[in-house]
Amino acid sequence: MQVTLAHLKRGERAIITDVSSIYIPLKLLEMGCLPGNEVELVQMAPFADPMYLNINGTHLAIRKETAIHILIEITHE
Amino acid sequence: MSKQINVALIGNPNTGKTSVFNSLTGLNQKVGNYPGITVEKKEGICKLPRGVKAHIIDLPGTYSLNASSLDENVVIELLLNKNDKDFPDVAVVVSDVENLKRNLLLFTQIKDLEIPTILVINMSDRMKYKGISLDIPYLEEQLKTKIALVSTRKNQGIDNLKELIFNYKDLSTTPCLNASEIDKDYFDNLQKAFPNQLLYKLWLVITQDVNFGKTDRNEIDAVADFKTKTKADLKRLQQKETIKRYQFINNTLKKGQTIDLSTAKDLRIRLDRILTHKVWGYAIFLVILFTIFQAIYDWSAVPMDFIDSTFASLSEWTKDSLPAGTFTNLLSEGIIPGLGGIVIFIPQIAFLFLFISILEESGYMSRVVFLMDRGMRRFGLSGKSVVPLISGTACAIPAIMATRNIESWKERLITILVTPFTTCSARLPVYLIIISLVIPEGRFLGLGYQALTLMLLYLIGFGAALVSAMILNKILKIKSKSFFVVEMPNYKLPLMKNVALTVVEKTKSFVFGAGKIILAISIVLWFLASYGPGEQFNNAEEIVTEKFASQNLTQEELDNEIASQKLEYSFIGLTGRAIEPAIRPLGYDWKIGIAIVSSFAAREVFVGTLATIYSVGSDEEETIKNRMAGEVNPILGGPLFNFASGISLLLFYAFAMQCMSTLAIVKRETNSWKWPILQLVLMSGFAYVVALITYQILI
Repeated sequence: MQVTLAHLKRGERAIITDVSSIYIPLKLLEMGCLPGNEVELVQMAPFADPMYLNINGTHLAIRKETAIHILIEITHE
Repeated sequence: MSKQINVALIGNPNTGKTSVFNSLTGLNQKVGNYPGITVEKKEGICKLPRGVKAHIIDLPGTYSLNASSLDENVVIELLLNKNDKDFPDVAVVVSDVENLKRNLLLFTQIKDLEIPTILVINMSDRMKYKGISLDIPYLEEQLKTKIALVSTRKNQGIDNLKELIFNYKDLSTTPCLNASEIDKDYFDNLQKAFPNQLLYKLWLVITQDVNFGKTDRNEIDAVADFKTKTKADLKRLQQKETIKRYQFINNTLKKGQTIDLSTAKDLRIRLDRILTHKVWGYAIFLVILFTIFQAIYDWSAVPMDFIDSTFASLSEWTKDSLPAGTFTNLLSEGIIPGLGGIVIFIPQIAFLFLFISILEESGYMSRVVFLMDRGMRRFGLSGKSVVPLISGTACAIPAIMATRNIESWKERLITILVTPFTTCSARLPVYLIIISLVIPEGRFLGLGYQALTLMLLYLIGFGAALVSAMILNKILKIKSKSFFVVEMPNYKLPLMKNVALTVVEKTKSFVFGAGKIILAISIVLWFLASYGPGEQFNNAEEIVTEKFASQNLTQEELDNEIASQKLEYSFIGLTGRAIEPAIRPLGYDWKIGIAIVSSFAAREVFVGTLATIYSVGSDEEETIKNRMAGEVNPILGGPLFNFASGISLLLFYAFAMQCMSTLAIVKRETNSWKWPILQLVLMSGFAYVVALITYQILI
């Protein structure tokens, strides 16, 4: 099974490996959500949605429906 | 005299761009709209050295030149149109020292347009605190620009920025990277086909779905070669372009910026642990909400009473000191109370925006959006709809203005359409008087029935908003990309200057926008209530005097009876009579009918209108209440305001769309009469049906 951003737990860090550009708004890419960048889950709202992330130094929140299209590799517990 | 230098301020949201704008222009600014759309256009004048002036436009915040909203389109449209009178001689890109990496993306795009560009690195006072140091000469060389380190909070660096703007002709117009390398063949062909056009501009025109430069677009589409790329291909190229730009930025910053994490302090993490917590986050939000409401009601009461009495005495004074006549009456009974009806909202609107802008400036609002998004999505709304819905309990007008930051047009439209259901402060006087008439004073579990009824009405308002949002979400077939990305900015102490300017600006926009319409309506209402056709109106004095001749009334009582007679046979009174058959099944008589009709200008008119109809000289609540309690139902006998008709009336006011100013604002925000008319018809129709069923069941 592929690991996506939606699998990330609070406080965990990961590297973004692939972003499926069809489902991801360009705006998110422009905010730094690109392959190779580091991502950390800062906080989750109830039901793990939306997710509050720190991507490459930018803090932002996205919905789970977007997070499942971002592939990651978990690096740090 | 030399011409003004045109300056465009561009930057990501939350970089303090508006603070820079405020620092440059001070109070020399004006806010308008871009032609045909409701995006705010902020411009101002800044005095530069040696008597030169700069005309500064504060463009809407954007993360890049790839537009995804109306606001962002404005930025590209201006930057691509050399013939626009506002086309900048120099672009000032405002960035935030803590988010330099992301902010530079937009900067590199603007450099590609070959416009002279200055880079402002704002919030430089936080560098030490965050352990950041910058090699400015190196960055200037790599980015081919001049950098101004600015702190609007500490008021540093603004003079240096003015100096740079003054010397804009010395700035380089060379791009800082070659983005066309991402697909060399494609871009080479593009350039060959249009040798006179800027390559990056062509690329933007191809990739954007915007209306600007239609001619450019057709020109490109006409050359078949460039249609070969599918949408997905283009998007992949845009992604490549973004990666390419970030590579350049990362390399530049690797040398030009050092961050010493050991000295960096992060308040954000500590605060967010509590403020976005699954339990505490919501609890704190509720407390903040409660405080705001309390403050809005308590603090506004005094200035509102003051405004009320000032306008009442002004009107009195006008009547007494000007020669009697139609014009004096129009002034004292139509225009002055009409103006009063606008001005009375100013305290609540100002306080509401005071709190909203403090919450926004501090960065807390993004956390609310984060906390509420999931819950609101069930109703077809967004986390960003929370602010308007809450603001709606003060007044729907500023609430609807606060929907602007919702990206998805569908979610924004639904929010605008359902906000008027929330119980605004204008419903309150109506509720209070009817509740006191028809709800007994007893207590249930320690809570008064009357207070419980009022609370229930607030809940009904929210409920109606949410349910209708759910229905609209199903019905409306609007294609709008529903993506949700919220930046969670750092917490900041709000700059009072910015907060004050926002409050002034929003209040002004209410007074002059909606105010015109309220004023017009109140003049029309005055005419309808002051004139009437036929004997019964024109000879009211004689008829009434004759009728009461045997009853020995005082002059005041007689005057009241005459006013009452006149109103009954005025145009508005006749209207009330005409609609009586329609409202009788709801338990109302023609007098309530008039009050309802005039309430369509604004709900709070209800009490005042009834006061005039029942010929009570003063607006004192008790007196009106006693008169209302004494009214007899002309057909069934018994009190007119009984439990059934009272509840029916309460529900009618809860659901009906009776506010001209809200309709005017909806028209302005949606740029179409379709939506306000739909609101008027559907909400009022629903109110009628509910009131009808309620009355028929309860009677």
